Amino acid sequence: MDILISTGSSLFLLIGSFLCISGGLGILRFPDFYTRMHAVSVTETLATTMILLGLMLLSPDILVLLKLIIILLMTLFISPTASHALAHAAMRNDLKPELDQKNKDEVMPSNP
Amino acid sequence: MRHTFTLALSLSVFWLINSGHNTPLMLSLGAISITFVLYIAHRMDVVDHESQPIHLTQKLPGYNTWLIKEIILANILVVKHIWLGNKSISPTMSRIKVSQKTDIGKVIYANSITLTPGTVTINIGKDEFLVHALLQESIDDLQSGEMDRRVTQLESQC
Repeated sequence: MDILISTGSSLFLLIGSFLCISGGLGILRFPDFYTRMHAVSVTETLATTMILLGLMLLSPDILVLLKLIIILLMTLFISPTASHALAHAAMRNDLKPELDQKNKDEVMPSNP
Repeated sequence: MRHTFTLALSLSVFWLINSGHNTPLMLSLGAISITFVLYIAHRMDVVDHESQPIHLTQKLPGYNTWLIKEIILANILVVKHIWLGNKSISPTMSRIKVSQKTDIGKVIYANSITLTPGTVTINIGKDEFLVHALLQESIDDLQSGEMDRRVTQLESQC
């Protein structure tokens, strides 16, 4: 049983770390602000969930488990709000996204 | 009254989880602080169906399960395109029609869009959202209206 739990936890942590690295690579690789934000959203949703799930399996008592659950819920509630605020601020300050060539003709907001 | 009760309940649970101390002194201090927070919340007039959406409790687990599935699928897609590189992405900006009536429905929909990797809500208008997406497919998915329909169904519980 112990082996099962520690293997499962390692697996979750490994997947989480891989997703974190992918998110970081995306930040470095993608061309502009908005696309980089999409890379960050990988880190803040599934990567966080996986790492916290891995830690939950290792938690010694119920109190630590509940605290980890609260951290997870808070992250999932706060991160979209923060992302939206960031994107909205960028758009208000006239940061134009680099759009795909065939989508260039789409209506750009004149004053969002 | 129901909203005050659920607020008190969730504050107590939050306090108990975060403290972990069970001595009478600590418990009474916790009770005092919860009462104080309830008093402030009433003075600010924020205890209502928007801060405590208990009418959604019944439908929420079903919607959350579906949303988690969508988030995992979207994560896999975005990670795939991160490793494939810049050539494979097609950044798109588009307006999405919104059929929710209430503010809370719109907030749930906008948050769900932003929480799903690959799509970010940039601006919220009266009956449409401005959405930026990493891939053309994500916009097509949103425009097909599956998520919109589910949120409207959730909202209609009011």
